[in-house]
Formats: sequence, C-alpha cells, structure tokens
Amino acid sequence: MKSILTEPQLAITIKRLAHQVLENHINLDNTVLIGIQPRGVYLSDQIVEEIKKQVPQNKIQYGKLDITFYRDDIRKELHVANQTNILFSIEGKNVILIDDVLYTGRTIRAALDALMDMGRAEKVELCVLIDRRFSRQLPIQPDYVGKSIDSIISQKVKVYWKEKDGREEVVMVE
Amino acid sequence: MRVSNLPSQTGLVVGGLDRQNLRRKPQRLTRNLYLRTLMGLSTKHLLGIKDLNKDDISLILQTAEQFKEVLQRPIKKVPSLRDVTIVNLFFENSTRTRISFELAEKRLSADTINFTSSGSSVSKGETLLDTVNNILSMKVDMVVMRHGASGAPHFLAKHIPAAIINAGDGINEHPTQALLDAFSIREKTGSLEGKKIAVIGDIMHSRVAQSNIYLLNKMGAEVTVCGPPTLIPKYISEALGVRVNYNLKKTLEWCDVANVLRIQLERQNQVLFSSLREYNLVYGIKRQMLDELKKDIVIMHPGPINRGVEIDSDVADSGRSIILQQVENGVAVRMAVLYLLSSRPASN
Repeated sequence: MKSILTEPQLAITIKRLAHQVLENHINLDNTVLIGIQPRGVYLSDQIVEEIKKQVPQNKIQYGKLDITFYRDDIRKELHVANQTNILFSIEGKNVILIDDVLYTGRTIRAALDALMDMGRAEKVELCVLIDRRFSRQLPIQPDYVGKSIDSIISQKVKVYWKEKDGREEVVMVE
Repeated sequence: MRVSNLPSQTGLVVGGLDRQNLRRKPQRLTRNLYLRTLMGLSTKHLLGIKDLNKDDISLILQTAEQFKEVLQRPIKKVPSLRDVTIVNLFFENSTRTRISFELAEKRLSADTINFTSSGSSVSKGETLLDTVNNILSMKVDMVVMRHGASGAPHFLAKHIPAAIINAGDGINEHPTQALLDAFSIREKTGSLEGKKIAVIGDIMHSRVAQSNIYLLNKMGAEVTVCGPPTLIPKYISEALGVRVNYNLKKTLEWCDVANVLRIQLERQNQVLFSSLREYNLVYGIKRQMLDELKKDIVIMHPGPINRGVEIDSDVADSGRSIILQQVENGVAVRMAVLYLLSSRPASN
C-alpha cells in the first residue's frame, strides 16, 4: 500500500480544486455543481464548502447525482441505487461534475447520460481528485485534476474520507 | 487456518464461527445490509410476499424511492433494462396493474409484449405451459402474469427459465400491490414498524389482503382484519397471526391506517351477505364515522372501487384517502421489482 496523498496534502489539493473552479466561474449564477454518488459527494461537499468560504454572498446551486440506473454493467452484478437530489433545472447551465477517481471513464459516461435526461446543459466540465491516466476505455478527459497518477489494472486506488472511513487519505493498493 | 489446527473438530469450529457471526449481526447491521444488497433479492421470481424476507422488502422499498425520484424528472425514463424483453400475460381483467406494469417496463426502457387471454389461442384450447413456452421461444426474459387460478405462477416457475412476477393469482397473492401499499404507508406515516393497520372487507377472496398481511407482519406492523364473519376465513388469526374484529367502528378507533378492500362479487359463488345495501350500512366506510374519531386515519383502497358499497364517494375523494398516491407509487414499486429481478447475474 502506497500513500498518494496524505491528509494535509489532500486538504490543500481540495482547496486548489475549489479555487480553480471559482477562477473559471467567478459568477456562480449560471453554474451548478453536481457530485456523483456515492463516493464523489464527499469531495464535492468539501469543494462546495470551500467555495462558500470564498464567496459567501453568492448562492451556490449544488446537487447529487446517482448513476446506478445508467450503468452499462447492470446485468453483471447488482448495484444499489443511491439518492439523486437535484432540486434545480440544469437547462442552459454550466455543470461541473465532481467525482473522486477517474479511471475507465464509464461512470462519467453514465453521468453524462443521466444529465442529458434532466435537461440541456450549456456546458459540462469534469472535476476529479485522482486521474488514473492511460487507463481510459472511453474518450473522456477531466478539466480539473487533483493529482494524475500512472497505474496498471491490477492496482487499486482508494480514497478514504473522514465522514465515511474515519480518516482522510488517498492510497494505492497493489 | 484455525480449521486445519483442529482437524477433529472441524464441524464444531465452523458451527461456532457461524454462531459468532449471528451474534455479531446487530452491531454490524449496516455492513450486513450492504453485503445483502450486493447479493440482491433472495429469490429469482416474485411469486408472493410469503417467499420474501425482511431485507428483500426493505431493498425493494428503498430502490422504489429512487425510482420515484426518476419519475419526477423532465425525462421520466432510464436505460437500465434496455436489453430485456418482458411479456405481460393477463389471463384476468385488469386496468391499474396492467397499465402500471407496462408503464414501469417502458420507463425502464424494456421491450414489452402484451397478451390478454381473450382473442388468443387460449380459447382454442392451448394449455398455459404451451402458451408461455411458445412466447419464450421468441426470446423473452421476464414474465409478468395475472391468472385466475391460485398457484399458476408457481407452476410456471417450476417449468420455465424466465423470471416470473406474479401480478395476482386467484385468491392467493398480489405481491406488488402489497409492496406499493407498504411504500405508500411508509411515505405517509414514516415507517411500518409498530403501525396499526386494519384490512377491512372481503378478506376471504382477497389476494391483496393475504399479501398485505404477510408483508405487514414481516415488517413489524400490527394487523387487524375486519368484515362480516362470512367473509373472514375461520382460522385466520391462528394461520396468519392477525387479530379479528367484526366491529367496524372499534376497528377504525384502533387503527392508524385502514386498507379497504373491494367486495369481489365475481369470486363469490354463494350468497355471503344479504345485499350490497346492507353491506354498505354495516361495513361501508362513511364520512360521519371518520369525523367522529378522535384522530385522523389514512384511508387506502387497492381499486377498483365499488363506490357506495365498501367506501362512500366523499371518503374516497377526501384528503384522508391516498388512493391515487397508491396508484402513482405503483409504477415506482414495480420498476424496483423489475430492476432488482433483472439485475441478477445470468445463470447461464
């Protein structure tokens, strides 16, 4: 097991991601943030928290998206659905999708399909904490990256969150 | 490794570990539920509530909540069952259940075929098994069936490989109705545990009553059945663990939720009460009666309603009734059942 980001590093990285998002969307009126269930929402919660600190006067539109019913491997094993909670329209909005690890790109494909069913977004961007480069199975690339790593299929990247796992760290398991 | 250390006591050690795991269960509930949900439902078919366990029911209701959210979206459709073909076999009349199932299948992007026995080769004398096998040879993955004979879906399940969902069989079970009733109760009152539910009316001929009783018992609700003695099976309290009360007023005073059933005239081949008017006078739900109660109770009805017989129009259309919400929830619950049964890894 190799540590990729320790707790203090992770906090700085998340802060940077929030700032980068804010840099490109200084006017948040037309921007919505959407975390992908289940594990992307821990990251998106923290990014939204940080953005709130920076621009407390702005109203942030933030939702959570579950992609279970859009997966392409539904029949292989059972996936349990999580809550989708998007209480605003995404029609004509700039959407920032947030997830913890970008690997094959299949989750993002499903998320894009789910998003299309909720309206026509003006633009969709992708923000991820860990980008596992060179392992994509679909032509998808992130716009905001916490850290890029090179890994092989047999390796697994695990992100631990305080709320869920009691500690905050990113590790690679051989 | 421990087993190999104690070769002579292998069985005991394994047994001991099992018991230990059982004891640890309550503390590790979330993890256990998680593991359970990874395995999916404990059954391949939905033949009746009788075969489901508490986890199955919780999983179905929990999944239905997510589908209910899907149904509020501008595009009320998900691609989950794109590659699944479902046949709806209705050997008995139905409006709600058939439309609800068909809509649920379409909302999941499944391909559907509808079959009704009138105008089919059933009238030429084809047997049930032949009919279904012929349909299955056209590559159908799931069967939704309503049949007038109790046990017809169980018979099919023994003989064909496709997943079968019982949409009502004779006077036996109507599992999806019970699930949607439970979903509606949970939505309206928060939970099922400890709730007092009265099932009122024609218990004898009602598959809805039987499925409801099984489900509510499993989920920890208290059930009282109420109706004329001729319409309540004699040993029901011993067989199904419910209370029996022949007095409507007392039953309504006791319960939180009243599920009023339809008088099934088509299944009664002897006279079990004098007249519909008399039934209405003694067992019909009237507004005055509900106004006199010291509390608000929720009124449910599985439909179709015989207005002015088991329930009066002003009650059925009042704010107390959640009859139309039940119908709305039916689609989400059926989507959950179809989704969970289709998600089982293919056995071949």
